[in-house]
Amino acid sequence: MPFLAYVGFFLVLPSVIIGIGAFLNADNAFTLDNFRNLSRSYVFKATIDTTVISAITALLGASLGAILAYAIVTGSPNGLLRRLTVSASGVLAQFGGVTLAFAFIASIGSAGFVYLFAKAHGFDYYAHGIWLFDIPGLDLVYLYFQIPLMVLVFLPALDGIKPQWREAAESLGGNTWHYWRHVAGPLLFPAFLGAVLLLFANAFSAYATANALINQGQPVLAQQIAGAMSSEVGAFEPGFAKAIAIEMIIIVTLVTILYSLLQRRTARWL
Amino acid sequence: MAVAARSIHQTRRIKLQVFRYVVFALAAIFFLVPLGAMIEFSTRANNGSRTLEYWQSIPKYPDLTDAIFASLQLALITSIAMLVLLVPTMVWVRLKLPRLSRIVEFICLLPLTIPAIVLVVGLFPMYLWLNTNLSDSILTLAFAYVVLVLPYCYRAIDAGLGAIDVKTLSEAARSLGANWFDVIWRVIVPNISNAILNATLLSVALVLGEYTIANNLLYNNLQVELVHLGRDNAGVSVAVAVASLLFAFVLLVAIAFIGGRPRRVRPEAVTTVGIGPTAGSPR
Repeated sequence: MPFLAYVGFFLVLPSVIIGIGAFLNADNAFTLDNFRNLSRSYVFKATIDTTVISAITALLGASLGAILAYAIVTGSPNGLLRRLTVSASGVLAQFGGVTLAFAFIASIGSAGFVYLFAKAHGFDYYAHGIWLFDIPGLDLVYLYFQIPLMVLVFLPALDGIKPQWREAAESLGGNTWHYWRHVAGPLLFPAFLGAVLLLFANAFSAYATANALINQGQPVLAQQIAGAMSSEVGAFEPGFAKAIAIEMIIIVTLVTILYSLLQRRTARWL
Repeated sequence: MAVAARSIHQTRRIKLQVFRYVVFALAAIFFLVPLGAMIEFSTRANNGSRTLEYWQSIPKYPDLTDAIFASLQLALITSIAMLVLLVPTMVWVRLKLPRLSRIVEFICLLPLTIPAIVLVVGLFPMYLWLNTNLSDSILTLAFAYVVLVLPYCYRAIDAGLGAIDVKTLSEAARSLGANWFDVIWRVIVPNISNAILNATLLSVALVLGEYTIANNLLYNNLQVELVHLGRDNAGVSVAVAVASLLFAFVLLVAIAFIGGRPRRVRPEAVTTVGIGPTAGSPR
């Protein structure tokens, strides 16, 4: 079948190239040096930084997204507001890369109207340096697609919560806190945790947004791969690029497997 | 007693409404300000007045217009190649090889778990070979883009095929003397036209927004050129970004509109494989 041939050529073959190439040195001889090089300080730092960025934006994005999803779900199920926010989330969750970076530069960047306005009113939020082009900026920008993604994945779980459960809790004498602590909280927790993992993987794989936003330095692991692959920065190390790629795949795969396990747990009740 | 209970419910409802509108207002600010800012930025003159100068000077950058044209061509080629590859295969698997359906689904959703930057690492040596032995045209990027759009299009088409009775339709057509090409082209395709349109619009939106693969394979597509230009003339760059965003937005609204029509959809196709909806989108 042409389909299998095509996929074999453009999906499986690249994977094989990565899998084999990671164990080859410049002379095509077997080596483990590429993996040893993963302990280089700048790659190690990028791994930690990317993990921290992904974790922060996943947790913050999931929390804020859950609040937004709750605000949506407590409204009318067929209301205009709900349809509007859900379609907007669908669009914004896909919104990333260069345009997103531009949007933030144009708004809160040092020439953006939000900054000019804030500065004119005595609030210079870049007084200690322009953090937009650094890791804090990346955190903020990532939230722009993390929150809508959370709304999309968490809404079905919230929809599964039945109002009867709250009535049952109340008829047994429970107050709002009891309800959230003993009924809704435990039911929603696996779904929430699963969503956090999904958001983590989403941020961890991101490249375009970071690269469009940050010119100096390569704080994100994906940028390190790009750097090792092209000779633009430093040395041309194709084997090393493949080793970082494998590190990335392993982390993303682990997170994804955990996510699907939690999905199954969620499906039991909601 | 009853009165007290009612007033508790009433205050709770008012509190909830206040909470909801505060949340919606904050969300609207966070999500709309950056979008509005781009329009503001692309129409701001140096002295602070409004100008359309940046928008008007878009055609004066040949690199930019070339990149726009290349990205549009790529979107077209990718969509057609994706449809030619995917639709017959999925119909065939449904009819003749149902045992393979899980494998095909797995393969199609695989690109979601592979970050685009990782795929590039594997594609890099292949494109080196391709460039020297076949062609170094930017249009060769379409090979990689078909893989990129595969999961999204698979889901769209799978939903479409799930909503019709492929088996009965094709058996009816076959018994009336149609060959397999006719079955697919004249019976199946018209019946899943919504799904096909959906898949096409999705792949166009994805290809126009693609940056990672093009940038690292050293091709100048629209997004790559936007970043280059952004370092020289931010105003023009942001103007084009707004334009491309509006275009993608129109496409996505079209999808939402098509998707909003009632139809039967098998939900399990999306949920059984535990891969997130957008883990591999082009950012």
